[in-house]
Amino acid sequence: MKTIPVETTINGDSAEFLCHADESLLDVLRDRLGMTGSKEGCGTGDCGACSVMLNGRVMCSCLVLGVETQGAEIETIEGMAKGEELHPLQRVFLEEAALQCGVCTPGILVAAKALLEKNPDPTDTEVRYWLAGNLCRCTGYDKIIKAVQTAAAEMRSA
Amino acid sequence: MRYVKPESFEAAATLLRDEDGISRILAGGTDVLVQLKAEMVEPDLMVDMKHLPGMRDIVAEDGGFRVGAAVSGAEMGEHAALKMMWPGVVEGVELIGSSQVQSRATMAGNLCTGSPAGDSVPAMVTAGAVARVQGPDGVRDVPVVDIPTGPGKNSLAKGEFITSIFLPARPENASDAYLRFIPRTEMDIAVSSAAVSLELDGAGVVTSAHVAVGAVAPTVLLVKDAGGALIGSKLDDAAIAGLVRAVEAACNPITDKRGTIEFRTKTAGVLAKRAAHIAYTRAGGQA
Repeated sequence: MKTIPVETTINGDSAEFLCHADESLLDVLRDRLGMTGSKEGCGTGDCGACSVMLNGRVMCSCLVLGVETQGAEIETIEGMAKGEELHPLQRVFLEEAALQCGVCTPGILVAAKALLEKNPDPTDTEVRYWLAGNLCRCTGYDKIIKAVQTAAAEMRSA
Repeated sequence: MRYVKPESFEAAATLLRDEDGISRILAGGTDVLVQLKAEMVEPDLMVDMKHLPGMRDIVAEDGGFRVGAAVSGAEMGEHAALKMMWPGVVEGVELIGSSQVQSRATMAGNLCTGSPAGDSVPAMVTAGAVARVQGPDGVRDVPVVDIPTGPGKNSLAKGEFITSIFLPARPENASDAYLRFIPRTEMDIAVSSAAVSLELDGAGVVTSAHVAVGAVAPTVLLVKDAGGALIGSKLDDAAIAGLVRAVEAACNPITDKRGTIEFRTKTAGVLAKRAAHIAYTRAGGQA
């Protein structure tokens, strides 16, 4: 199968890659661009571990074709920290141990950031519903919800 | 697989008509990419039309709204005027999948994928929504209720696809509602579902009523007798009993891991009753 050239912007930098027509954005990120922060849990849009921002909206990168992203703006977990400085969500997740194995964490951080940009002061219920498509099999979710709320409070007062 | 972004709807229809192999249309991709991953289908041609005029737009038309076939659930949920006019349609769409899926999934895709449990379909049916279908021979308008023909099947011919869905104007004192039963609170497929759309007169008497149920037959069903049972009433007990009887009589479900025939039939009636009360309150009625 021939490869198709695609030009996008990833985390603010222009990025060009070649991919097959049936290759998912997740496979492009991980296998062609070496950006392995986005994880493949299910590959079918159920678990959210591959969440990225595409043109300002949170999506499962496994449900997007690489070729579809021509001209698109993509943000991944790799772009969340500014250099050495972690995003408040990342730092609070570490401080409050809102993760165990960590496979779901990149997707949860990307999705939680999207929520707080839309709704800086969500209720616990709103956080739980927003993150319903991010499965975690370790934490039982409670620490995740609390960490999102701690980071949200910090970001509101910043 | 070839990936093509055609220059026009006409070119897309011709391309799809002339393809000898398997073709798929990419809108939100939330079904088709899952099928690719599971190797349920290996398309020869993937046609992406999201860039074509109107596909991503919600436009006011004749007092109602025309929703492009690539408009996502999230975009519909953010459209205040659409949500005010057709709250049941929008709440149905918004129940599909997660936040991530909402960023991509479309009403047209939910309709064409042909699931009897599609959450956006019952309220589209009770709204009298009309799909605009482009084909190799031109454009035709098809009532949404006539699109699905069975699980995974639709009535569109080779080369045809939906470009938009029209939700008509509403009079004063009109509203709708959609409810589904799932055993958890989010991220699940309806075991049964019901949508109700009502129009009331100034005194709160129902003058027009449409009721549809999902996941209780091979396609979403418009239950005419159930709507008829509500007309002329203020949703008194006798009218509601007639609604529930008509819904239960129309149900023709299967028993599977998600629910039995008896459970689906019973819950469809209960959901129709509750949706009717919600639609009535939203329409300004006071029981």
